[in-house]
Amino acid sequence: MAKIIDDETMENVCLLAKLSLEGEEREAARAEMQKMLTYVEKLDQLDTEGTEPLSHIFGSENVFREDEIVNGNQKDAMLFHAPRTKDGQYHVPKTIG
Amino acid sequence: MKQYETVIGLEVHIELATKTKIFCGCSTEFGGEPNTHTCPVCAGMPGALPVLNRQVVEFALKAGIAANCQINQLCRFDRKNYFYPDNPQNYQISQLYLPVCHDGWIEIETSAGKKKIRIHEMHMEEDAGKLIHDEWEDCSLVDYNRSGVPLIEIVSEPDMRSAEEVISYLDKLRCMMQYLGVSDCKLQEGSMRADVNLSVCEAGSGVWGTRTEMKNLNSFKAITRAIEAERERQIELLEMGKPVIQETRRWDDNKESSRAMRSKEDARDYRYFPDPDLPPVHISDEWIQRIRNTQPELREEKQQRYQDELGLSDYDARVLTESAHLAALFEKTAELSQNPKKTAAWFMGEVLRLIKEYGTEPEKVCFSPKHLARLICMVEEKKVSPANAKKVFEHIFDEDTDPEAFVREHGLGIVQDADLLQRVLQKVLAENPGPLSELLGGKEKVFGFFVGQMMRELKGTASPEAVREALMEEIKKNRR
Ligand SMILES: [Zn+2]
Repeated sequence: MAKIIDDETMENVCLLAKLSLEGEEREAARAEMQKMLTYVEKLDQLDTEGTEPLSHIFGSENVFREDEIVNGNQKDAMLFHAPRTKDGQYHVPKTIG
Repeated sequence: MKQYETVIGLEVHIELATKTKIFCGCSTEFGGEPNTHTCPVCAGMPGALPVLNRQVVEFALKAGIAANCQINQLCRFDRKNYFYPDNPQNYQISQLYLPVCHDGWIEIETSAGKKKIRIHEMHMEEDAGKLIHDEWEDCSLVDYNRSGVPLIEIVSEPDMRSAEEVISYLDKLRCMMQYLGVSDCKLQEGSMRADVNLSVCEAGSGVWGTRTEMKNLNSFKAITRAIEAERERQIELLEMGKPVIQETRRWDDNKESSRAMRSKEDARDYRYFPDPDLPPVHISDEWIQRIRNTQPELREEKQQRYQDELGLSDYDARVLTESAHLAALFEKTAELSQNPKKTAAWFMGEVLRLIKEYGTEPEKVCFSPKHLARLICMVEEKKVSPANAKKVFEHIFDEDTDPEAFVREHGLGIVQDADLLQRVLQKVLAENPGPLSELLGGKEKVFGFFVGQMMRELKGTASPEAVREALMEEIKKNRR
């Protein structure tokens, strides 16, 4: 049986994901997450005894770049996508600390 | 009151001296206009692909090997997930499961003697962007120039027991990194940052207390103050029978106190997982061997060599090797002047004096070794007096002046011209008939007066020996 997503888990997930879900929205998200967990739980039926955990599927290693500057000033293009900017910087809600 | 012991471990972030960022070809140069060193990779645009800078691995290996670490020959990057505007990807690429180096040690020296501090691990990671608060609009502004700048984080074991040991450990790390050319380690510019983990326990009890982590320490002074304040704060709590809470605290240097960061700032659940964008790094035996073979001479070896080969004192060798940059300047100058002892005397004297007088850093000293070497030779060859050489050196130190040209243009060279010496001598004698008759009458004290007068006329450009000689000659002549 998959882990039940209780209120406490919901609270923690919202905190970590910086989401403020209330009422129906919150219930819907909880139900969807529960479904995902139940789906993924199927993996537990497999026998993984002696199987190494896999982190990368392509088997490549040591993909490097040399330490050379190839990017110039792309400030305008970069900031173009930002909803709001000021003095060449991204304008975001006030952070704490 | 009970006796307490302070137990300290450090997490030190060191910014690597690469030209480009860890995963993209943007410049790492300090102090550019906001967001001028950014691209889709370091600004966290969806779909951008990070590619590892080989030099970062090289530097991490150099640091790890110098600190006697084991190398994880298969190492990997992991994503550390958190949401904050300084982190545009919403995860920081770091190493949790297979850090590049682990289980090393470095030796520190304090008034109590030598001690080994164990290194738990060193891992590679990327720096975050910079947030500034905008008072006018009460919002935050983000500059991603620092985002993606390569760092190594060096995590020590909790082996330190005092602020003195902590400072000694940091000094040692800083010196080591500078010698390796891995980082310039400037606390003020943030290229070296230390977080302090501290707990107190009753001396001899062997039961460790709960630790706190202190952030925002920007100078050695702040670190020392923060350690002392946190030790007192924890002891006070324990004495009142209250528990120490495990938390992250932020040091405020102006208030000289710390406050607990809110739990939202301190979400400890980072949900690390291997970064699928970055293939694992396999570090071969050959690679490690090559790094070992090319490690530069570190401070301890240099110090020993200065004593053994150059015949310097223990004290001079210690002082001259404090800064890797100054040691390199010294060596080059000594090589060119062919006179290590005189060169050492100049560095111990004038170079350090001017550094202190100008309040500058040894790393910023930038005169050409050939200019000081030439000046040293000129003194030896009696082409300039030691007193004038010091004046010339100030110009070498300030503007990297060529000493030969300077001495010529300013007439500071020792007068080789016998006629000139004679002319000045006759002038001085004629202007001081009173003292002259005293001198000829055998009053020895007046001799010094005439030497002084002549040196003044010649603006110090004559050798005192030559002046004395000419004067003695004159006396003998007049006595005859
Ligand atoms: Zn970039």
